[in-house]
Amino acid sequence: MTIAELSPEQQKDTNKAAAKNPLTAPAPDLWRDPNAKPFVVFDNVTKKFDDFTAVDNISLNIYRRELFCLLGGSGSGKSTLLRMLAGFEQPTSGRILIDGVDMAGIKPWNRPVNMMFQSYALFPHLSVEKNIAFGLKREGLADGDIKKRVANMLDMVQLGHLGKRKPHQLSGGQRQRVALARSLVKNPKLLLLDEPLGALDKKLREETQFELMNIQEETGVTFVVVTHDQEEAMTLATRIGVMNTGNIVQVGEPHDIYEYPNSAFVARFIGSVNLINGRIIEDEVDSVRVKSQDMDAPLYLNHGISCAPGQEVNVAIRPEKIMLSRELPEQTDNRCEGTIEDIAYMGSMSIFRIRLDSGKEIRVTQPNIARDMGARFTWNDRVHMYWDVDSAVVLTS
Amino acid sequence: MKKQGSWVLWGSATLGFLFLYLPIISLVIYSFNESKLVTVWGGWSLKWYGELFRNEQILNAAALSFKVAFISATLAVVLGTMAGFALQRMGKFKGKLIFSGWISAPLVMPEVITGLSLLLLFVALESLFGWPAGRGTLTIIIAHTTFCMAYVAVIVQSRLAGFDETLEEAAMDLGAKPSSLFFLVTLPLIMPAILAGWLLSFTMSLDDLVIASFVSGPGNSTLPMVIFSKVRLGVTPEVNALATLMILIVAVGVLVAMFQMRKRPQPE
Repeated sequence: MTIAELSPEQQKDTNKAAAKNPLTAPAPDLWRDPNAKPFVVFDNVTKKFDDFTAVDNISLNIYRRELFCLLGGSGSGKSTLLRMLAGFEQPTSGRILIDGVDMAGIKPWNRPVNMMFQSYALFPHLSVEKNIAFGLKREGLADGDIKKRVANMLDMVQLGHLGKRKPHQLSGGQRQRVALARSLVKNPKLLLLDEPLGALDKKLREETQFELMNIQEETGVTFVVVTHDQEEAMTLATRIGVMNTGNIVQVGEPHDIYEYPNSAFVARFIGSVNLINGRIIEDEVDSVRVKSQDMDAPLYLNHGISCAPGQEVNVAIRPEKIMLSRELPEQTDNRCEGTIEDIAYMGSMSIFRIRLDSGKEIRVTQPNIARDMGARFTWNDRVHMYWDVDSAVVLTS
Repeated sequence: MKKQGSWVLWGSATLGFLFLYLPIISLVIYSFNESKLVTVWGGWSLKWYGELFRNEQILNAAALSFKVAFISATLAVVLGTMAGFALQRMGKFKGKLIFSGWISAPLVMPEVITGLSLLLLFVALESLFGWPAGRGTLTIIIAHTTFCMAYVAVIVQSRLAGFDETLEEAAMDLGAKPSSLFFLVTLPLIMPAILAGWLLSFTMSLDDLVIASFVSGPGNSTLPMVIFSKVRLGVTPEVNALATLMILIVAVGVLVAMFQMRKRPQPE
C-alpha cells in the first residue's frame, strides 16, 4: 500500500511516523500517557441476551495504533465486545465511541470499521480479486482505482499471482491472507480480528503472527484482536485485556500481565503458575512475609501491596523462576524441599512435578542448557527449591 | 466373495433398470418405425418426426405447453424462493414444523384433488369477482405455479439451511446495505438451487395432464392433453415420436437440475 491511498487522516499519521523512522515506525505507546486521547472507548457497556449477561459493565480505552488483544475463554464476552464494535450487536446500556464518535445507532455498513471473521467468510462465488474489491465497489469507486488498490493489497499479502482463483482453490493460510486483505483494503480506522490465526496450524501460525504485526505497523491501523490463545496474545499485543464471565479482569502490556497478574484467575490463565496459599505474618512498606502450611520456610516478597497481617493470600510463582538444587540453599526464606514425581522432557526445557511433604505439588521448569541436563535430576530424587525475593507475587483475589 | 457380491448387485441393478426403462426404450425404438402400424416393424425412419412438425394441432399444443411451463416455472421460482427464504430465516417459532409441512403438502397431494380444488376456486372466483374470466392459459399457469412453487420452496430452504450467515455479516461489514445484500451475496449462492427449482418446475408443468385437464378451457389443450386424446383414438407412430421428444426434454431438464442441486458453494 502506498501513502497516496491512505485516508488523509492516516496520511498525516504516516507522515509523522515517517519523519522519525521511514521503515518501521514503532507504535507510539499512547496508553502510557495519561493525557492521551483514547481512540476507542467503552463507557460502562453492558450487553444482555435475554437473561444472560454477556458483557457486564465494561469500561475500556484503546489507543490509536494499538494492537489490543481481548483474551478469554469461550463465553467470556470477548466476541460480543468485538461484535458491538462492528455494529452487529447493540449494547443494552452504555456507550461505545470510535475516534470520538458515538456509535449508537450507526449500522455496520456505515462504520469506519472492518472485520476479519474467524471463518474468514470469503464469498465462495467470487474470485480472490473480486472478494477484495467487494468493499470498494460498495463505496462506488472508479474501476481503475479499485483495480489498483486490489493489486496493491494482493502484493502486500503476497498473493499477487492468485487473484483469479476462487477461495476453495486456496490453502488455509492463503485464505487467511485474502480475508486480511479484504478487511484492510477500505482503510478502516479500526480493524477487528476474530481469532485471526485460529484455523492455522502451529508453524504457519507463528509465521503469520509476525506478518500480522508487520502489516499493522506498516498500515498504522488500530487492531483489536479476539483470541483464546494466550501465547498468540502475548506475541501480538501491545496490550492485553483479560476477560472472564463478561468482565475485564486485567488490562496491561503482555509483560505486566505475565509478571504481575492481579488475581489468581489471570495468573492461571496466562502461562502456568504455582499458587501457594498462606497468611501474611509481616507487612512492611515494600515487602511482605507470608507463612504457608505447605512449607517450613516463610515466603518473603519485595512487592508492596495493600494488605493486612493475618490476611489470607495466594503467592504466585512461575515454574521457570524456581531453581533446583541437591544442597540446602543458603537463603532462609523462599525455599522448600520435595520429591520429584514426574519429569517431562520438552527438548528446550524439562518440566518437573515435585511433591512437597505437605502433599502440595510444585511445578518447576528448567532450561536444558547442557545436553546431559536431563540426567542431573531423576525420578524420586529429593530436591531443594528456592527463588529470589522479587520472583513471586502476592495475590489478594 | 466380493466378486460374487458385485455380480449379484449388478444383476439386480440391471433388472431394476430394465423394469423401469424397457417400456420407454421400446417407445423410443418404435418412434423410428417406418410402418404406419405401431406394432409392426417396417424399418428405421424419421418419417413420423417429419409428420409431427407438420401437424398444426400438435405444434399449437406444444407452443402452449412451453409457454405455460416457462411462465409458471418463473413465477414458481419467485414465490417459492420467497417462501423458502422466509421459512428458513424466520428462526424458530411455534408451529414452524406445521408451516414447513404445509409448504411441502402439495408435493404428495393427489393431483386429482389439487386439480379439482383449483377448478372449484376458479369457478367461485369468477362468479364472485368475474376474474379469471373463463378457463384457459391463465388458469393453467396459476395452477401450475401453485404446485411447482412447493418444490422450489423445499429446494431453496434446504440450500439455505447450509448457508453460512457470517457471509452476510461480512458483506454488511464491507458496506453492503441489507437491501442489496440479497442480490450481492445470498442470491448468487442459492442460484444453483433456484435454477434446479426452475428446471424441475418447467418439466413438471410440461408433464402435467391431470391438473391441466381440470383447469383448462376449450381450445387450450396442452401437449399431454393432446397426446392423451390422440391415444384414446389409437396409438399412432406420430405420438411415439412426440413422446420421445418429450422424454428427451424432461430428461435433460431433470439431469441439469440434479447437477445444479449437487453443486456445493465450497467444494472441499
